[in-house]
Amino acid sequence: MFWNVTQSLLGGLATTVEIFILTLIFALPLGLVLAFGAMSRWKPLRYLVQVLVWIIRGTPLMLQLIIIFYGPGLWLGKNIWSGDEAGRITATVVAFSINYACYFSVIFRGGIEGVPKGQREAGEVLGMTKSQIFFKITLLQMMKRVVPPMSNEIITLVKDTSLARIIAAYELTFAGYSFMKSAGLTWPLFYTGVFYLLFVGILTILFNYIEKKLDYFR
Amino acid sequence: MAILEVKNIEKHFGSTKVLHDVSFSLEEGNALAIIGSSGSGKTTLLRCLNFLEIPDHGTISVKGETLFDAAASSEIRDKDLRMKRLHFGMVFQSFNLFPQYTALENVTLAEKLLAQEQPDFKQHRKEILDRINAHGYELLKQMGLSERTQHYPHQLSGGQQQRVAIARALALKPDILCFDEPTSALDPELTGEVLSVIRGLAEQKTTMIIVTHEMAFARDVSDQLIFMDDGVIVEQGDPRQVIDHPCEERTRQFLTRYTQG
Repeated sequence: MFWNVTQSLLGGLATTVEIFILTLIFALPLGLVLAFGAMSRWKPLRYLVQVLVWIIRGTPLMLQLIIIFYGPGLWLGKNIWSGDEAGRITATVVAFSINYACYFSVIFRGGIEGVPKGQREAGEVLGMTKSQIFFKITLLQMMKRVVPPMSNEIITLVKDTSLARIIAAYELTFAGYSFMKSAGLTWPLFYTGVFYLLFVGILTILFNYIEKKLDYFR
Repeated sequence: MAILEVKNIEKHFGSTKVLHDVSFSLEEGNALAIIGSSGSGKTTLLRCLNFLEIPDHGTISVKGETLFDAAASSEIRDKDLRMKRLHFGMVFQSFNLFPQYTALENVTLAEKLLAQEQPDFKQHRKEILDRINAHGYELLKQMGLSERTQHYPHQLSGGQQQRVAIARALALKPDILCFDEPTSALDPELTGEVLSVIRGLAEQKTTMIIVTHEMAFARDVSDQLIFMDDGVIVEQGDPRQVIDHPCEERTRQFLTRYTQG
């Protein structure tokens, strides 16, 4: 039985990791784009981003996931997500990417605005272009600033993947819970918790490593 | 002919006029000191020369070439702004070194980025980078920092950081080197080492503009002196003349406050 549960949980873990990694791949760059939008000198864009961030941060992720998964089928009369597991995972990644990009954008904006103005000016008087200033000067200083708040958000993401159960994506929590329903077993729930703890433990080590790596400057 | 010619510069921040009809010229190899109380417009003037602020009115010419003319359409004005900036070097009050780079990397970064834009960079990559690094090392050595090239800014004292910043400003061989209160963030002990570096540059006939509160230094080192108050040039001329025998009442008041200290 233990082996059965382990196998099943590993299957769920694969989905959890897939949602986690894909969400990061889309949400990190999108968050940076939104951060620039929120700092734009063009007011309409700035307001648009502010309203988006307000809506996404102001409503539950579970609600957003339900709307994104069922919405197209209900309003367009046509389900854009395929009915299988892949379709559910795609819908989850879309909902999560939008949600997390909004949170990331606020962290990125804080990181960029926290780099002293004199850094940009020093680059300007040395004849650097805007993109050279961003990539060669601002970016690394911003990264150093955002690692602690980002690690919080990313660890939250690990556990938020369990929300995908609401649209029946077979992720880790779903896998553990199913043994309670089918066989009345409760210990797989605690075993599931161990999987999350190990996952987050590895991430914590990784974030500590990055923080250390960036410790060579102030 | 003067290397720098500044005519009728005006600058407003909102409805506050910070610079009013500022005109002066500077000869090649001369050092110009600008003195005046805080808020008199000295720093804004320097920032206008480096295009960190865009003047609302007036012209700036270097070596007879008009770099900036407020009357021109903004498109013509901003064209090649980046390259125009390279006529001026800037040393900031708060150093503004890049913390993630070593002293040597701080000095060489801009030169390397410019070199990358040259068409022959890929073929001669190694030689070009070696040459730039050698140049950077030479500049740091000139600043008395040959032992500190691999240090990061936070490992250096304020005076050392400012000397790295001076080397960085010199790296692109600007026509005119600007200093914005270069010692105001330093304690008296460290002030001396930075001032002596600037004095050395003056002796080598580097064309410089120095905004400073160090009156004795301005009097000794500069060839020309401007006293500013409330956004206008109140008095300008020979530094000894202006400091020892000011013509204007406002200059006299300012200097009295300083000498009484």
